[in-house]
Amino acid sequence: MRYDLTLRIEYDYGAAAPSARNVLRVAPRRIDGVQSVENVRLEISPDPAEIRHRVDFWGNSVAGMSFHEPLRKLTARLSARVERLARPPTLDLTPRRAGLASEIAARRGLGPDEPHHFRAPSPRVGPDPGIADFAETSVAPDMTVLGSVLALGRAIHGHMRFDAAATTVDTAPSEAFAARHGVCQDFTHVMIAGLRSLGIPAGYVSGYLRTTPPKGRPRLQGADAMHAWVRAWCGTEAGWVEYDPTNDLLVGVDHIVVAVGRDYSDVAPVKGSLRTSGRQMSKHSVDLVPLDS
Amino acid sequence: MGQRAEAQDAIAALIEGYRVPDGVADEMLGPDGTVRAVWRPFLERFAHLSAEDIARRFARGDRYLRDAGVFFRQHADDGPAERDWPLSHVPVILGEDEWQGIAEGVKQRAEVLEQVLADLYGPGWLVREGLLPPELVAGNPGFLRPMVGQRPPSGRYLHFVAFELGRAPDGSWFVLGDRTEAPSGAGFALENRVATKRTFSDPFDHDNIHRLAGFFRAFRGALKRSAQSLDGRMAILTPGLGTETYFEHAYIARYLGLMLLEGEDLTVVGGRVMVRTVAGLKPISVLWRRLDSAFADPLELDDRSQLGTPGLVSALREGNVCMANAIGAGLVQTRAFLAFMPRIAEYLTGQRLKLPNIATWWCGQARERTYVTQNLNRMMVGDALSQELPFETDDATLIGGRFQDGRSLDPAEWIQAGAGGLVGQEAVSLSTTPVYEDGTFKARPVMLRVFAARTARGWTVMPGGYARIGRSEDATALALRRGGRVADVWIVSGARVEDETLDETGTTFQRAADSLLPSRAADNLLWLGRYVERAETMVRLLRAYHLRLAETGRLDDPRVARLDLHLRSLGVPRNIAAPGAVTATMDRAIRSASKVRDRFSIDGWMALRALREEIVDQTRHLQPGDEAARALGQFLRGSAGFSGLVHDNMYRFQGWRFLSIGRALERAQNMVATLADFAAPEAPEGCFDIAIEVGDSVMTHRRRYQIETNRSTVIDLLALDHRNPRSVRFQTCLIQSLARELPGAEVNGTLSEAMRIALRIDTQLATAEPHELDGTALAALGRSLQDLGEKITAAYLV
Repeated sequence: MRYDLTLRIEYDYGAAAPSARNVLRVAPRRIDGVQSVENVRLEISPDPAEIRHRVDFWGNSVAGMSFHEPLRKLTARLSARVERLARPPTLDLTPRRAGLASEIAARRGLGPDEPHHFRAPSPRVGPDPGIADFAETSVAPDMTVLGSVLALGRAIHGHMRFDAAATTVDTAPSEAFAARHGVCQDFTHVMIAGLRSLGIPAGYVSGYLRTTPPKGRPRLQGADAMHAWVRAWCGTEAGWVEYDPTNDLLVGVDHIVVAVGRDYSDVAPVKGSLRTSGRQMSKHSVDLVPLDS
Repeated sequence: MGQRAEAQDAIAALIEGYRVPDGVADEMLGPDGTVRAVWRPFLERFAHLSAEDIARRFARGDRYLRDAGVFFRQHADDGPAERDWPLSHVPVILGEDEWQGIAEGVKQRAEVLEQVLADLYGPGWLVREGLLPPELVAGNPGFLRPMVGQRPPSGRYLHFVAFELGRAPDGSWFVLGDRTEAPSGAGFALENRVATKRTFSDPFDHDNIHRLAGFFRAFRGALKRSAQSLDGRMAILTPGLGTETYFEHAYIARYLGLMLLEGEDLTVVGGRVMVRTVAGLKPISVLWRRLDSAFADPLELDDRSQLGTPGLVSALREGNVCMANAIGAGLVQTRAFLAFMPRIAEYLTGQRLKLPNIATWWCGQARERTYVTQNLNRMMVGDALSQELPFETDDATLIGGRFQDGRSLDPAEWIQAGAGGLVGQEAVSLSTTPVYEDGTFKARPVMLRVFAARTARGWTVMPGGYARIGRSEDATALALRRGGRVADVWIVSGARVEDETLDETGTTFQRAADSLLPSRAADNLLWLGRYVERAETMVRLLRAYHLRLAETGRLDDPRVARLDLHLRSLGVPRNIAAPGAVTATMDRAIRSASKVRDRFSIDGWMALRALREEIVDQTRHLQPGDEAARALGQFLRGSAGFSGLVHDNMYRFQGWRFLSIGRALERAQNMVATLADFAAPEAPEGCFDIAIEVGDSVMTHRRRYQIETNRSTVIDLLALDHRNPRSVRFQTCLIQSLARELPGAEVNGTLSEAMRIALRIDTQLATAEPHELDGTALAALGRSLQDLGEKITAAYLV
């Protein structure tokens, strides 16, 4: 599936910030055989004094920029043509949950896709006994790893209600889980915590959802802003499988990957430092329009 | 012959009650129970001191530490508290030969750790070859991914490291922990050396003790070479006042002549790290990092950090700054790594570790886990990924099969569940060393921190160290936090050691004449000047208030009422004798001074603290009126002493100018406010005299005008007279001459904005007649002064 992607981000800082430095992770990744990207354009206004593009540890593309003049307002516009080829797995080739540990142990390496990075607590997702209990009761012991991922994802989807206003970007997963509501970030963090408690390496994916659904299908939740979902390591054979707990589905061609990491802190679309006392306001809008269909 | 026997007897008497616990080694006594030869010269002299002499000497050492402002900071329930530096005056003494072996082991270990870091942040062979389990790296909060694949600009990860050493019962030395993140203690070692040397001055002989200065000189030289090759300056990066070791940072910055900077002093422009100074942005090329890695850059590391510099990591990527040590260097001080160090060392260097570490078993391996579970009685079991030392235990540590917080869990189940998150370490015994207590020597466990620095010729080891001594015989009581003591470490040679040119007794490296003044430091100096002056003005007004109250006994006396009103405008609450607002202002002054300790003389610091104590002591139980007035007079004399120190003793660097500008601005503004209230035409009778009194110009007025005070004489003397150091005009002249010396005051004949305003105000006052300075003009003058302050801040301090 091919798409035209447009992202607009607007920050209004109220009072002028004397200087600012920002890091953006908004451009889609190139993933061999899964996702191809062309004609990426990133326009920033006002013009940054410096801008540098690089790739981070996880392979995400990052734009770092700084402004030396006082800044009242910042807008970023990203456009790209993206093609997504991925299909969710149709055959479950994953081991039973009990067999996963030895497959992990057999892996020796520190590359960004190695499961070892995704088992331990990460900055935004620590162990949570409530989520661990929930995960344990949602999943049968003899299930395969993929089966466990689907079972836990469905359970979380049933347990939590999508509510765009109930949480903030800083809400802890345990809080969202206890309150049983949140946005894609909360669904994703809760599921990561649950999978890790089951011994399944799990990480965070940020990206975009197609804005207009195919005929006869409902519009997916989270399509009007950047979206987030889970990736789980399901053994050497199957590798990483992506699952969207907000919409309870295995990720296919409707999702465009921007960045992967252990949790939100690794992939935050905008990180910035501003020396300002003013209030910040931000607006995001996304259009991911299919070209074919 | 007789003398020698006498010395033997004296030593025997001294150590008569000295009991070394069973099964441990001792520093003073050899394995055969006799005094080690290297201790003998010290003990012979010590044994001949009378109890009074010892007490006097110890007090001398302690006084040095207090005067030098060395305190131990402790985090109590009600916030940080300071207590005396817990120096155990008796040094730990080691012979040169034994030391040589330690130093060789330290150098080897430092080099192995360097290679481990280079591998883990680089190609990753150690993990791929199975020498280190991947989860100990990938799941480690100390593994900082933005640094992966980034060779440090200097090519090296480690520049300054420390090792915590203990002596095993068999007499050999072993490592309790490697300190690579931001090792502290080298400055404390220096302080301990100076204090101990003062304690054991003549007839003690120091000729054979290795000096510490050469080590610091070598390290500083190495930093300097890196700085020159990168074309910039060097500085220490500190987390600031909030950290327990801030005093050490300030001390060592002063000693080495390095700038002491905090994250907010720095900014990154064009890929270079720059320090904000009063003369604009200047490049920094070497940072001796005392701030934890994770906090160094909120954009790429821990985004909750308030202490870091956004963009610092990007500057590292550009290769423009040398970090000592590299960001992420703390990874190799992970406890669980100790389990793998012996094999790693052999893999990397082909050699066994000369200095082994504490026996460690990682519970992520089945066999090791079983071993730990079966040997709980001689184990400490705790967090595998902790970067703390084995003895710095937390509640969830299992020692000898018992949890520190008393929880009742089955240890075996706990270990099985915790698995890779846990590590078992042998509950080692340390050696003991003498402390002098109640007139006799007692044996207490000791741990040495030793330091190594990278130089052009490889690693060099400080010939000495920082000893920490337990309070009781229990070796787990060692953490200083729990009330242990510290001591100097003497490495003694058989012959006289070469004198170091860098004298370690206090005269330090010279700060370069063109040293930079960071804007934040200048800001703190300016506010220090302001706060002390503000406190003084408050006290003068309070004294005037209490004198009038004593005279009339009436709160409704018009002068008393007006003083009360004026004081309230300064934030002094109504009708009280105890000047809490003055104390609060002095606290602010001290806080400002604390942030510039590296630029502040010890005497100035002491005077400032004494001044605050003065105001608290003098006014604690005072009754309003006469008594209060007298006590406040006492404070004013102390304050004059502080000003004297600043103005007679402080070198005329930029810092002094900002301090003086702060004081002058504050004094001018306060005087304008005083005149507006007390020299107003409608002011009650007697208010002109109050203005003259608060302006400390009673004598001058009498001599100069020989008439009663009237509005013209008051305004003339306190606003316009450029010869009266209390007048507004005097301050504006002063500010002008100070501002002229600041960077950018005049560029190509064009005056800076601050200079223009200063000049305008000054000219106005120079040409004004007393009657022209009415209420409206005074208000305008007040606004102009405020504007001047803001312009100076905008130009130099943000």
